[in-house]
Amino acid sequence: MTSNGVPLLDVRHLSKEFDQRRGFLGPRVSTRAVHDVTFTIEEGQTFGLVGESGSGKTTTGRCILRLIEPTSGEVWFRGTNVLKYSRQELRLARRHMQIVFQDPYSSLNPRMRARQIVEEPLIIHKQGTSAERRNRVAELFGLVGLDPAHLERYPHQFSGGQRQRIGLARALALNPSLIIADEPVSALDVSIQAQVINLLMDLQERLKLTYLFIAHDLRLVKHISVRVAIMYRGRIVELGPTAELFSAPQHPYTRALLSAVPVPDPDAKQQRIPVDAAWFEPALPLREVTTGHWAAI
Amino acid sequence: MTALLSVRGLTTAFDLGGRSVAAVNDISFEVRAGETLSLVGESGSGKSVTALSILRLVQPPGRIAGGSIVFRDRDLLTLPEAEMRRIRGAEIALIFQEPMTALNPVMTIGSQIAEALLVHGKANRTEARQRAIELLDAVRLPDPARRVRDYPHQLSGGMRQRVLIAIALACRPALLIADEPTTALDVTIQAEILDLLREMKSRFSLSLLLITHDLGVVAETADRVAVMYAGRIVEESPVREIFRIPKHPYTQGLLASMPGATPGTRLRAIEGTVPDIGALPPGCAFGPRCPQHFARCDTAPPPFFDVGVEHQARCYLHEPGNGGQK
Repeated sequence: MTSNGVPLLDVRHLSKEFDQRRGFLGPRVSTRAVHDVTFTIEEGQTFGLVGESGSGKTTTGRCILRLIEPTSGEVWFRGTNVLKYSRQELRLARRHMQIVFQDPYSSLNPRMRARQIVEEPLIIHKQGTSAERRNRVAELFGLVGLDPAHLERYPHQFSGGQRQRIGLARALALNPSLIIADEPVSALDVSIQAQVINLLMDLQERLKLTYLFIAHDLRLVKHISVRVAIMYRGRIVELGPTAELFSAPQHPYTRALLSAVPVPDPDAKQQRIPVDAAWFEPALPLREVTTGHWAAI
Repeated sequence: MTALLSVRGLTTAFDLGGRSVAAVNDISFEVRAGETLSLVGESGSGKSVTALSILRLVQPPGRIAGGSIVFRDRDLLTLPEAEMRRIRGAEIALIFQEPMTALNPVMTIGSQIAEALLVHGKANRTEARQRAIELLDAVRLPDPARRVRDYPHQLSGGMRQRVLIAIALACRPALLIADEPTTALDVTIQAEILDLLREMKSRFSLSLLLITHDLGVVAETADRVAVMYAGRIVEESPVREIFRIPKHPYTQGLLASMPGATPGTRLRAIEGTVPDIGALPPGCAFGPRCPQHFARCDTAPPPFFDVGVEHQARCYLHEPGNGGQK
């Protein structure tokens, strides 16, 4: 909690429907990608949003930044509703909320030098003089552990892990308070994943960052998050403090998900729980099982 | 156990810009009848090139530069191409990571299974159709008699991977090479496919060469493990030993870097990055990143040293006389 008791991010009843035509001239059908999603993130914390493909976790992240316009709901950031912002207000607010994408290979413009990629948000938001920006970019390079000697290189001249650092330096350029990290390490090799996770944790401590950490890797989410929500087909099915959710999962889907994670121990024999569609019919509302631990059961 | 596949001194090089770079560098291993050997490594370690080399599917500028690959008493590297074609799919089958792109989008899945049987003369058209349904049933695709007429886009990612396994098993191969078979799948689907692979392995008396980067998948599936780094196997051992008493600092680093122990703490990352295989150091390729690096490491690439029963590591820490000391 911040001193005045308001969470940094307060998402309420967020929904997003996509309209599609079923075939050429077919009937219009709407798909609920995100359905009545509600959660809060306290300043300086990491909140993990977990789900498999099609769960709506990525759409949720983008709706918060209005990279996708949600259909309904509210997104309160420091006590104001982002969904009510004018174009101008939204532009200013984006300084405080940034996103880091999954794929370090396609999220950086291949024709721009690393320096330009990191500097671009400063130019767009008219920050500083050219010399000041140059200093800031060098500082950001140091902050994310990149060699300032490589400022003039192009993205293809960096490894995957280094590219993710460039993406992070760009996201940090405007001193945001919230970073939405959408699968930030899932495209990286195991040994490099750990480096980037360590960097994210170091930066959080130094810059007092708040993370919405979106991922499918339960081991990583467990490691980095204070609280976690599990999504399935657009809905949150369980939400709670990380340690409690992992040790005492309440929703059968959470149990199934945990049972499916391969354990790096050849002697660990765990019983897999197959996912059963009947668990979600009808969709139940979340109820508080223990303090701060909610499940749709 | 006898070796079904025996790879000796395999080197696969890529001729790039006038120089030759060994993506797979003098590797030796065997896959025994009925076992699962897992090749573990990160991107660029050479594990997929190894799979392609076994089937002689390496495309120029890549070429197999040396070694032997003996499968059922025949050296695959000296067979005429026509004979090699009879082995591919019929005796050694391959499944890939991407179930989206490995299937033909304009053919029904039934026709694609039947094609595998027809090409190898294992069945006529009527039999092939019936066999396709049986195989789809074997890989637990629901309602196989109806699904056999489906096109790939009508199936989910997990179901497509089941179809690819059905195609791979159609001609009853002795060896299945699975290259990251579950990497593109969700975790619950991955669990189902790993269970299916295990079941198919005993039902069809398969040997499995499983290529993966995921140590969790290795622990659940493999009998033995070979860890690859920068084109070489750096450690080979039974699966239990690799997790209990890893001997190569790279294997130790990979295991230690996994999240798990204490949430919220720094992970024990391996520093640095995987080297460019075109510019490897003169000594151990892992040397520059190794926390236990000492002078000997820079002299020449280390050979294998025995570190246990059927357990070897390419690391000078285990050189006799060194006593594991720096």
